[in-house]
Amino acid sequence: MVLLTRKIEFSASHRYDNPALSPEENRRVFGKCNNPYGHGHNYTLEVTVAGEPDPVTGMVVDLSELKKILEREVMQRMDHRHLNVEVPELAGQIPTCENVALVIWKLLEPKITQGKLYRVRLYESADLFADCYRNGVA
Amino acid sequence: MSADGLRVELGRRYRFAASHRLHSDRLSEAENARRYGKCSNPHGHGHNYVVEIGVSGDVDLATGMIVNLADLDGFVEREVLEAFDHRSLNDEVPAFRENVPTTENLCIEIYRRLRAFPKARLERVRVEETNNNSFEYLGDVANEVPIV
Repeated sequence: MVLLTRKIEFSASHRYDNPALSPEENRRVFGKCNNPYGHGHNYTLEVTVAGEPDPVTGMVVDLSELKKILEREVMQRMDHRHLNVEVPELAGQIPTCENVALVIWKLLEPKITQGKLYRVRLYESADLFADCYRNGVA
Repeated sequence: MSADGLRVELGRRYRFAASHRLHSDRLSEAENARRYGKCSNPHGHGHNYVVEIGVSGDVDLATGMIVNLADLDGFVEREVLEAFDHRSLNDEVPAFRENVPTTENLCIEIYRRLRAFPKARLERVRVEETNNNSFEYLGDVANEVPIV
């Protein structure tokens, strides 16, 4: 098995706020991530696909196809958007790194037909990221 | 682990600067020099270390988080960074009075200090000694590697 990783970057805004909690509690739990007008990040997404190299092409996955999937599923949905307001898949969820990585996994997994999605790693900053895996695979 | 069969791990990176010297009293001077080269120079040297940890757990529906970062950062600060940052690993970290503070052993020591974190499961500790050298310990409770 060989792993292939493609990296893309997108920029988006978000805010952490749980309407079930009081304003004080939101402030306590989420700190400055609860600031009312939101804030943003440059996200880096690393998508890793596992498979055997095709005997003819030598490739695990057709990279131009993977790039198109990432453009359609992630860039068009999230780049220069407000994650709370403009991404329906995140409606009702706090758009943390963990939850955004899970949403990206669920968007990509059914679209990747050549090879298997192995890992989604989403960096919110250089020092904070979330990894998503399918249980039992990694 | 979530109901949809997916697993999420949170990764967080921290930094500290420390000095060390690779030298074993169990080896002769010549053997130390041969094995450790300039890392065995008598007065030590230092690195800007990067510690990357991975923790897993259920994503809390109310917060969207595996763990509140303030809790994780506070724990790592208390257990690791305060003890290691701007210190001599050989002289000021008890585990390295006897054992050689290689970055392999540093990974294991940091893992030991962090595995008691009560709010998530520690999956791995990766330490970058320089931009070019990094080491990772995945833990093995049943068969833990002793520090040598």
